[in-house]
Amino acid sequence: MSRNIKPKLAVWKFASCDGCQLSLLDCEDELLAFANVIQIANFPEASRAVIKGKYDISLVEGSITTSHDAERIHKIRRQSKFLMTIGACATSGGIQALRNFTDVSRFTSMVYAHPNYISTLNKSTPIRDHVYVDFELHGCPINKYQLVEVCSALLHGRKPVTPSYSVCMECKRKGNVCVMVAHNTLCLGPVTHAGCDALCPSYNRGCFGCFGPKETPQTTSLAKKWKELGAKNDDVVRAFRGFYAYAEPFRKESEAHED
Amino acid sequence: MEKKKKKYEKQLILPAGEFDVFLQALNKAGYEIIGPTVEDQAIVFDTITSSSELPTGWTDEQNAGSYRLHKTEENLFFDFNVSPHSWKKRLHLANLLLWQAKTNGSGFSIAESNGNIPKQAFLGVRSCDAAAIEKQDKIFLQGDYIDTAYKSRRDQTLIITVNCSKAGGNCFCTSMETGPYAKSGYDLSLTEIKKNGRYFFYLEIGSDEGASVLAGMPALEEASVDDDSFVRDKMREVSKMMKKNVDTTDIKSLFYDNYDNSIWTKIAERCMNCANCTMVCPTCFCTNVEDVTDLTGAEAERWRRWDSCFTMDFSYIHGGSVRPSAANRYRHWITHKFAAWHDQFDESGCVGCGRCITWCPVGIDITQEIQNLRKSKTPV
Repeated sequence: MSRNIKPKLAVWKFASCDGCQLSLLDCEDELLAFANVIQIANFPEASRAVIKGKYDISLVEGSITTSHDAERIHKIRRQSKFLMTIGACATSGGIQALRNFTDVSRFTSMVYAHPNYISTLNKSTPIRDHVYVDFELHGCPINKYQLVEVCSALLHGRKPVTPSYSVCMECKRKGNVCVMVAHNTLCLGPVTHAGCDALCPSYNRGCFGCFGPKETPQTTSLAKKWKELGAKNDDVVRAFRGFYAYAEPFRKESEAHED
Repeated sequence: MEKKKKKYEKQLILPAGEFDVFLQALNKAGYEIIGPTVEDQAIVFDTITSSSELPTGWTDEQNAGSYRLHKTEENLFFDFNVSPHSWKKRLHLANLLLWQAKTNGSGFSIAESNGNIPKQAFLGVRSCDAAAIEKQDKIFLQGDYIDTAYKSRRDQTLIITVNCSKAGGNCFCTSMETGPYAKSGYDLSLTEIKKNGRYFFYLEIGSDEGASVLAGMPALEEASVDDDSFVRDKMREVSKMMKKNVDTTDIKSLFYDNYDNSIWTKIAERCMNCANCTMVCPTCFCTNVEDVTDLTGAEAERWRRWDSCFTMDFSYIHGGSVRPSAANRYRHWITHKFAAWHDQFDESGCVGCGRCITWCPVGIDITQEIQNLRKSKTPV
């Protein structure tokens, strides 16, 4: 991409909590530099001023949960040169994909006074199920340094450094003592995608798996270990049915432990 | 290393009560002391300045995939085995900035990252770990290419081994001939002894650097013949306590002849490819190099980080990973450690510290897998 003309960036929201979009605004120190090299053309969380497409980079947050959104994502794809999903919802269906394991009307009838006003799809699905995605950035929420890294890489025509190995690699490089081996704390680190710099284990908490499955997740072996440490079926189901519940390796493992 | 040649025949007695005088002598000689201390329910190595920070009265119980601390009655300073992390984290850094580049008008300038490395004394290095440092020295300091980042730290390092007073649950140093008694690789070596109302350290000198530290404190008395034989007996006793072992007979062919053994797929059912074994291994030395730029493109950095043969990227070449399955990757790791290392460096890559067994989250036991491999040996 030429650096003389600033590339146009758009941020799009689907079913999500806005947390990943806010990671962009969270880049306080880098935000001015960001605005210097990228034209923020369409980002309602930051500004009402919207510049019309096409866009060089589209960041897509959220999953597809309505038929309206299922159409809207196609329009966005048509306007975008490079489309990148940001966060668990857009890359795996998010926490709202819990509906995928049951009938969504069971939720709507409990949550809404007039569920008949609710028009929603039975499943919450990732963007990749609907359109071609150029890059997926993981996390719930995404790591702002990774977002800046991917944008920098894109601007300068190099490969972004967002490794897909385990959280354990980051954890051990940091010098943490393993919470599972030394404290019996249940941890999803060995099967979870790196990117958070082992945030939870650094505070003696087990990994929640909020960056989703890593490149070669051996979830069965981990679940077996969890059970040896005292976890019940329910605990295993709940652990894998978190932010990345519908990502295939986690979905399959949770289904294997349903009573 | 040349300076580690044994030329000091006298052994000395350092009374435990004088241990702080010894630590002060190290500080006086300009060393930052990296010694054992209790943190996060583990005995880890960190900066210490007094004996009160040592894990007195604590011991570690290590099993496959499990590490626990317990109180003991003995109240010894060094009554434990190997720490969660090996010393490589202080010599072969996990994350190392190699250089930075900045644009300046028409071109760019490169600033190498050679910070001032302070002198450091590693206190409580086990014989297996001293052997591991010697193995990494061979890799990084010998041959045509010297690793300057490693060398700059290694040159500033004083190694004080402490011989193990017991064998841990996953130890097999006797099989790998690296312990429990440290024969080389130290500047000073201690054996902690409590007997007949005496509590002292039997002290051996391994280098001029070690000797010059002792010159900075009141003269120590010489050890008696009785003390010498007590230490020898003690070390024999610790050797006998070793619960795990590896039969190293024809070990190269054991791996080279069993490339297609079904054992590898069996291990892959348990191995999570999480890479913990390679991160804690004191000899694993592989790294990856990452280039990053800032948003404006005015600055770039090159970082070197610990990598692992258990990742897909590690063997990624045009078209995909050379070792796509977990079975491939485990086989590669263990074969390199026990067989290919001999071809490369003329010795084994394993020192028998047992860290890969303790810190494997699912407790895969390398000694057990080697036994299984022997039993299931593919007929030639």
